[in-house]
Amino acid sequence: MGGGTSSYREIEETDCVLLWGSNARDTHPIFFHHLLKGVRQGARLFTIDPRRTSSAQWADLWAGLDVGTDIALAHSMAREIIVSGLAHNEFIRHATTGFDAFKVSVLPWTLERGEAATGVPAGVIREMAHAFATARRAMICWTLGITEHHNAVDNVLALINLALLTGHVGRWGSGINPLRGQNNVQGGGDMGALPDRLPGFQHVENDEVRAKFDRVWGVRVPPAKGLHLTGMFEAMEHGTLKALYVIGENPAQSEADQHRSVDLLRSLDLLVVQDVMHTATVDLADVALPAAAGAFESDGTFTSSERRVQRVRRAKTPPGECRDDLAIIFDLARHMGVDWGAPDAERVWNELRTLSPVHAGMSYARLAAEGGLHPNALTMRVGGPGLHPTAPTTRVGGPGLQWPCYDESHPGETFLHGRLWERPVGGPRAPFSVVAHELPVEALDDEYPLRLTTGRRLEEYNTGVQTGGYASPVRRGETIDVSPEDAARLGLLEGQAVRVRSRRGAVVAPVHIDRALRPGLTFMTLHFPDEVATNHLTIDATDPKSGTAEFKAAAIRLEAVEG
Amino acid sequence: MDIHVVGPEATAEERDAVDRLLGSPESGWDGGVRDAARDGRASRGGRPAAVALRHLLLPAFHAVQDRVGWVSRGAMNYICQRLVVPPAEAWGVLTFYHLFATEPRARTVAHVCDDIACRVQGGETLCRDLDAAIGPPGGRSALAGGAWQRSPCLGQCERAPAVMVVAAGDPLVRTVVAPARSAAEVVAAMATPATRGLRESLAELRQVVPQAGQPTLQLLRRVGMVDPTSLDAYRASGGYQALARAIELGPAGIIAEVSAARLMGRGGAAFPTGTKWAAVAAEPALPHYVVCNADESEPGTFKDRVLMTGDPFAIVEAMTICGIATRSEKGFLYVRGEYPDAEHRIAGAVAQARAAGFLGANVAGSGHRFELEVRRGAGAYICGEETALFNSLEGKRGEPRSKPPFPSQVGVFGQPTVVNNVETLANVLDILTEGGAAWAQTGTLASTGTRLFCVSGHVTTPGLYELPFGRTLGELLALAGGVSSGRPLQALLLGGAAGMFVGPESLSLRLTFEDARAASLTLGSGVVMVFDDTADLPDVLGRIARFFEDESCGQCVPCRVGTVRQRELLDQVRAGSGTMTPERLHLLSELGQAMRDASICGLGQTASSAIESAVQRLQVFRTERAS
Repeated sequence: MGGGTSSYREIEETDCVLLWGSNARDTHPIFFHHLLKGVRQGARLFTIDPRRTSSAQWADLWAGLDVGTDIALAHSMAREIIVSGLAHNEFIRHATTGFDAFKVSVLPWTLERGEAATGVPAGVIREMAHAFATARRAMICWTLGITEHHNAVDNVLALINLALLTGHVGRWGSGINPLRGQNNVQGGGDMGALPDRLPGFQHVENDEVRAKFDRVWGVRVPPAKGLHLTGMFEAMEHGTLKALYVIGENPAQSEADQHRSVDLLRSLDLLVVQDVMHTATVDLADVALPAAAGAFESDGTFTSSERRVQRVRRAKTPPGECRDDLAIIFDLARHMGVDWGAPDAERVWNELRTLSPVHAGMSYARLAAEGGLHPNALTMRVGGPGLHPTAPTTRVGGPGLQWPCYDESHPGETFLHGRLWERPVGGPRAPFSVVAHELPVEALDDEYPLRLTTGRRLEEYNTGVQTGGYASPVRRGETIDVSPEDAARLGLLEGQAVRVRSRRGAVVAPVHIDRALRPGLTFMTLHFPDEVATNHLTIDATDPKSGTAEFKAAAIRLEAVEG
Repeated sequence: MDIHVVGPEATAEERDAVDRLLGSPESGWDGGVRDAARDGRASRGGRPAAVALRHLLLPAFHAVQDRVGWVSRGAMNYICQRLVVPPAEAWGVLTFYHLFATEPRARTVAHVCDDIACRVQGGETLCRDLDAAIGPPGGRSALAGGAWQRSPCLGQCERAPAVMVVAAGDPLVRTVVAPARSAAEVVAAMATPATRGLRESLAELRQVVPQAGQPTLQLLRRVGMVDPTSLDAYRASGGYQALARAIELGPAGIIAEVSAARLMGRGGAAFPTGTKWAAVAAEPALPHYVVCNADESEPGTFKDRVLMTGDPFAIVEAMTICGIATRSEKGFLYVRGEYPDAEHRIAGAVAQARAAGFLGANVAGSGHRFELEVRRGAGAYICGEETALFNSLEGKRGEPRSKPPFPSQVGVFGQPTVVNNVETLANVLDILTEGGAAWAQTGTLASTGTRLFCVSGHVTTPGLYELPFGRTLGELLALAGGVSSGRPLQALLLGGAAGMFVGPESLSLRLTFEDARAASLTLGSGVVMVFDDTADLPDVLGRIARFFEDESCGQCVPCRVGTVRQRELLDQVRAGSGTMTPERLHLLSELGQAMRDASICGLGQTASSAIESAVQRLQVFRTERAS
C-alpha cells in the first residue's frame, strides 16, 4: 500500500528528521509547521538537497549533494551505519529479508567514495548516518527531489533500506513519509487512480481481487493494468491512444518536454477535459466539462498525506454550468446506457467500503463524529526504545479516520507497519532492495555545462492554475537562478534577461543570483508556463516503474539575449 | 532559521568588534566570506544553533556600541547573521534598552543624572550649564567633540550630582564623575576620559562608607579597609572561609544554616532565602542556574554598587556557595550598564577566583563545578525585576513574565533558577562562618541580621550605612549627621521611586520588615533620601512620574497607559495653580489602583506608591474641598 507511514503528530514527537529532496518550508508549509513543532521540542533536522533551501536553513546540518546522487549518499550512510555497528540487527533478523545481499551492495560505498560521488563531505555523511541510526525515533520525509528522477523508485527504495536498517519504521515517531502536494493526492491513489490498482490499493492483475469487483460492479474489470501518464503520451506517439479524458490535470503545461506533449495532445482524435479552471489543456479540448470545486462545491471525502479521510461538504452552489464531478460521471454513464440513479456521494462511498478492506470501517457517520482531538492525546507519549512499540491507547489527531480501518469498531491506525514489530511478524517481512547508483540521464558536457533543477516556491503551485489568479506580495515571476560565482563568470547581472537552452528547447528568463546555489547548479520553477515555459527545457527521461520524468535534472547553457 | 537580512552591511570596525566577542565566522552562511566549494556542500545552523546563540545578542550589541558608540543597521544585520536572529526581532531588543543608540552620535557621551537625588543637589543646574557649554542634549548636536544626554539614576546618589562618561573605542573607556561640580569638569572628563578611568580606591570607598573600619560592621567589614583587587588580601581577611565551611556542610547543610538564619531577601520582596534555595535544590530538572541580580536601578539605591566595588570577592564567594547549595553549575551576575567600576571589579574577582581554583570544574578541590559569568545590562530599570532579567540574559526584551511558574521552577533558559540580590548573597558568608542560629541573634525576631541603608539627599554625611534591624529612622538620620545646613526636615523617601514618602513624624519608625509593614511602608532597597524644607517636592514627584513613564516596558496596558496618565496629571497640577482638585485626586488614586491590580510585575504595581504617599501623607499639593 502506498502512503506515508506516520501521522503528522508523530513528526512533532520524533527525535530526528531526514528531509530528503524536499523544500517543505516552501512547498509543504502546513506539514512544515508540524515539523517545526518537533524541531522546537528538540528534534534534529537534516536536509539533503542540492540547494540550501529555506528548509535547509532550519536544519542542524544541510548536505548539498549533486543532483541525482541520492542513492550514492544513502548507500554511503548505510555502509557507515553497518560498519559502525549501529544497524538494528534484531529488527533486521526479525522483520526483514534480503539484508545480506543489501549489505554486499553497499559495502563498497565508503565515506570517501560517497563524498566523491555526491560532493557531500565525508564527515557530514558520517554525522547524518550516526544521528539517524542512534536516534530513539527517526523519520525520513521526501518529495519530488527523490521522485522526479529517471530512477525514482530506486531512490525511494534506497531510503526505505535506511529505515529498515535502523528499525525506524512501524513505530510511533519513526517512519518513512512521502509528502503529498495536493490535499487529496493520497485519496486519488487510494481510490484507484493508479494504472495497476483498484480502490484500496488492490492489484488489478490479482484474479481474486478482480472477481470481487466484477461481482459488485456487475461488469468484467479488464484484467491487465493500464497506462500511467507518461505511458499514455508514448501511446499517443505510437498512435494507439486516440482519445483522452482529462480530469483536473493540466498536462499541456505540466509535462516535461512541453513542445512534444502539446503536439501529441493536438494529434488526438478526441480530447475531453473536465476542470474547475480554464487551463491551457482546456484550450486544446474538443469537449470541455466545467466542474464544481471539490473543496466547497461538492460532497465527498479528502485523504491527506497521513492517510486521514475527512468529510468535505458542499457549502455553495457551483456557478454557471459547472457541475459536480460525480454528477458529470453519472450522466456520462447514463449516456453510455447504464443508469446509476441520482448521484449520491455517500452511496458511492458505501460501495467502496464493501470493496476496499482498509476503508471498510469508515462510515460517513463515523467520519463526522469520530477522531476528534481527545484531551489525552495532547499529553500522550507512545513508544519506547525497546523492540516492541507501545501501541497508542488513544486515537490522536484531528477529525476523520486514518486507514487502515477494517471495521466499524476499528479506530484506524496512526502509523503503518506496526506488524513488523509483532512476534511473530504479522504478514510478510519487509524486503531490503538492492539498487544501483545511476547519474541523471543527461550528463553535463562542454555544450550544456550547467545543471538545471526545478522546484516550487511558497506562493505558487505547480503550473499556476490554482495560484496564478491570486495576487501575492512575494511573487516575482519566473527567473533562472544562478550562483553568484556563475553570474560573475558569465557576466550576468540580477534581472538581466538571458536565454536558457537545453537540447530540447530554449526560453528567455531574467537572472536571479542566489547564494543557495553553488557553481554549476541552476534552478527554475514551473509556475509561469505562459510567460516562461520551463518544460521546454526539461527532459522526459522517465522512470519505467513510476512513470515520472526527470524534471530535476536537465543540462543547459545560458546565452546572451541580443538587443 | 530562514532569516532575511537586507540592507546595509557592517563596517570592518563593527565586524571586528563582533568577531572579537564571537570568534570569526565559520562560513559564508553565518556572515563570513563565501567559499563556494565549502559552503555549497554543507551548512550548520537551524534552531539548535539559534537557541544556543541567542543569549549573546546583548553582548554583541554592547561590543559594537563599545567600539563605535552606536549600533548601525549594518552592524545589527551582521549580528543577526552571526547569531541567527531575525532582524525584526533584533531591532525589538536593540530599541528596548536605553543605553543602545540606533542613530549616529558622538563616540564620547556624557550621561548626566537628573534623577531625584541629583536634582536636589544641583543636577538641573548642571544640565543647563552643559546645554550652554556644548549644546542641547542628544547625540547629533556635537558629533565630533562628544555629546551629553540626561539619564535616570546612576546609583551615585551619595555624591550627587553624577555623570557617567562613556568614550567608545578600542579600548572602551567609562568613567564616573561624581560629584560633578561644574560643566567644565564634565567637559574636561569628556576630553580626556582615559586619564581618569575607573575609581573607587580605598580612600574613595571610605568616603562612601562613613562607618568604614568600625568593628560592628558585618557586610561592610572589608569595604574601604581591604584591597578589593587582591584575592590574597581578601583571603587574609577571612575570605573563602565560608566556602570551606559550605563544602564541609554540603548542599543540605548550607540550606539548613541559611534557613536557620531566617535570612530575608534584600531586593525588596523580603522572601525567605532558605526557602528559595531549598526549592531550587529540590527541582529534578537540570541544569539549575544561579543569578545574582546586580541590576541595581532603583533611584536612590547604591548599596550593591558599593558591595561590588568594595568587596567583590565576597559576592563571587557567596554565589559559589549558592551554586553548591542549589546544585547549580553556572551563575550569572547581571550588573547594570551604569556601573563600570562594579563590573570591572567583579570581572577581576571572577578571573582571579578562577585562576586560583575557586571557580571552575572543581571548586576548591571539592568536586563541585561552578562557573560564573558577568553580564552587563543596557539601561532598563525593569530588568531589576527577576523574570525581566532572565529575558534580558536570554537576549530578549526585558519584559517580565507571568508568574507562576516561579523562577525556582522555570527561570533563566527555562530552568530552575535561584535569583538573589547582591546584598542578600553577601549575608550568606557570615551565616556560614557564624552558624545560622548565632547569626540570627542580630536584629529582631522577624528581621534578622543587619541592613544596608543608602542615605542621600539633604543630609550632612550621605553614604552607605549598615545597621542591625531594629534601630529607628531617627537614629539613622542622626548617624548621617542630620539634615545638612541644619534646616528643617520636610520629608524622607523610603525605598526609592517605588517606595513611599514619610514626614518627620516617622523618625520613630523602627527599621524592620515588620514595623515597616505595620506602618504600610516598605524598606524596599534600603533607600533613605532626605529632603529639607527647600526641596521642590512637586518637581521631585514629576521626575518620579517621568521615570516610571520612561521605564514601563509597555507590556501591560494599565502600566503603559497609567504611567503616562499619571505624569500628565502631575504636569497639569504643576502647570496650573498647583492645586489638586478632588477630581484629580480621585483619578490619581484610580490610576494607582488599576496599575496595582492589573500589572503583572512590581513596576506597575508600585508606579504610583511614592506619588500617592506624597499627595496623601504630606499634602504636597494644596487640595480643594469638594463643593
